[in-house]
Amino acid sequence: MAQQDTATRLPRPSMLPAEPVLVVDNLAKQFDTPDGPLKAVDDVSFAVRRGEFLSVIGPSGCGKSTVFSIIGGLLPEFQGSVTVQGEPIQGPHKSIGMVFQEESTFPWRTVLDNVCFPLEIAGLAKAKRHTKARHFIALVGLTGFENRYPAELSGGMRQRVAIARTLASEPTILLMDEPFASLDEQTRLLLGDKVLQIQQELSQTTLLITHNITEAVQLSDRILVMTFRPGRVKRIVEIDLPRPRTSEIVSSTAFGRYVAEIWGDLREEATRGMLESEASARSGRG
Amino acid sequence: MFGFATLVAATCVVEGMLRIGILNRYIVPLPSEVMLSFPRIVIEEKILERFLTTFMECLYAMLLVSVIGILTGILLYRFTALRAATETWVAAAASAPIVLAYPLFLVVFGRSMTTIVMIGFIAGLPPVILKTLEGLAGTRRVLVDVGRSLKLGSWQMFAKILLPAALPTVFVGLRLGLIFCLINIVGVEFLINYGGLGQVINDRAERYDLAGTYAAIGFVILTSVLFFVVTERIERWLRPQT
Repeated sequence: MAQQDTATRLPRPSMLPAEPVLVVDNLAKQFDTPDGPLKAVDDVSFAVRRGEFLSVIGPSGCGKSTVFSIIGGLLPEFQGSVTVQGEPIQGPHKSIGMVFQEESTFPWRTVLDNVCFPLEIAGLAKAKRHTKARHFIALVGLTGFENRYPAELSGGMRQRVAIARTLASEPTILLMDEPFASLDEQTRLLLGDKVLQIQQELSQTTLLITHNITEAVQLSDRILVMTFRPGRVKRIVEIDLPRPRTSEIVSSTAFGRYVAEIWGDLREEATRGMLESEASARSGRG
Repeated sequence: MFGFATLVAATCVVEGMLRIGILNRYIVPLPSEVMLSFPRIVIEEKILERFLTTFMECLYAMLLVSVIGILTGILLYRFTALRAATETWVAAAASAPIVLAYPLFLVVFGRSMTTIVMIGFIAGLPPVILKTLEGLAGTRRVLVDVGRSLKLGSWQMFAKILLPAALPTVFVGLRLGLIFCLINIVGVEFLINYGGLGQVINDRAERYDLAGTYAAIGFVILTSVLFFVVTERIERWLRPQT
């Protein structure tokens, strides 16, 4: 497994069990485009331990969402392997719960019915699924909104419904693709608090795809930094900040150091991405 | 209230323009005369019976349009080859003046309610097919991905995600189909002098009873309003979030 761990400036032994629940090995994916084959990701390898919060961060176009889709089983054709608890992923897997970047609540269902959805698919009796759904609705702080429709909620609240719906299926791994991308910074920080609280309460193994450095450092145990296309693992940074954490951590010196360190890695990749986009635009390839 | 007040105001303006002579009374009757002719029309033409005839023709046609139109739209969504082969023709049929083919329908079905219902059905079908197809094809990708991530089967994906997501657009199609249906039904009744309100309009027009003609048209509008109200109620029942 080609994992590139580096020593951090604040070394502290990990408290998490060493056994990985998700293993990604030599992942590669190529797309056919009108301009020829495009390698989105190449030789990506990492492992996620049980109960860990791992963020994958990189510049736009580095293949983060491709990694998300492959792990989630939505892109079945790829090179390399992805295993969950030793079982290879060849399509959507019951152990993986996905939270998408776009708003994904069903507008025709109430909050309660949205969260009940995976339980309905699993064949749970109505009374049981309502009880379970209400538990997860309370977990995301939406008690009292059970009978509201998504159109009556704010963007942040709708995303919380999506998270509750995914958690209701009790996945082994929670996979989130920039779930707060469309929200303002304050809401994002507060929702990050909520996600952390839930993750810590449930010891939920979580893989977050993001381009937001602050968010990654606030939430994660480790951060995997990707290069620009084709996306490869540049570095894995261990985040040794105290737990339990809240959004107040963003004002600490250690937090700032981690953000600066990761920006140092990302800046080069982001600049490369920007220059390549400009070159494409000039040559008329869009 | 504002809408009703606007209608009353517009009616008063037309009345004024007719009395002054800006509009020709031989083409457009006085609105006050039209109002006064309503009781006469109701009694002389047994308007309730005629209204019910047109209403029932429209109901039968819309039931056929709804079932066959939605099912056809689903089939075209499901089988892309079928869609590629027929979608253009369905779209062309939507703008074709089906009512002008009434002699053909007369030959096949005779001078009967069946002819009227069939013309209404054929005319109302294309928008329902096209809008059902549009609604299903336009389901947001992320909702489909949610279904895929939960390993939904084809039927579950259709029943629990695609169809509910498509319903708003399907109802747009049903309303359009209703408009096409009613226009053609009343038109055919007028042309073949048979059936409900369309025949009343024909009778009154041939007798140069302009006020009576417009009064009969008023009942056609009433039929349309009733159908729209029913469609809206059904949509609210199926989509309580609206």
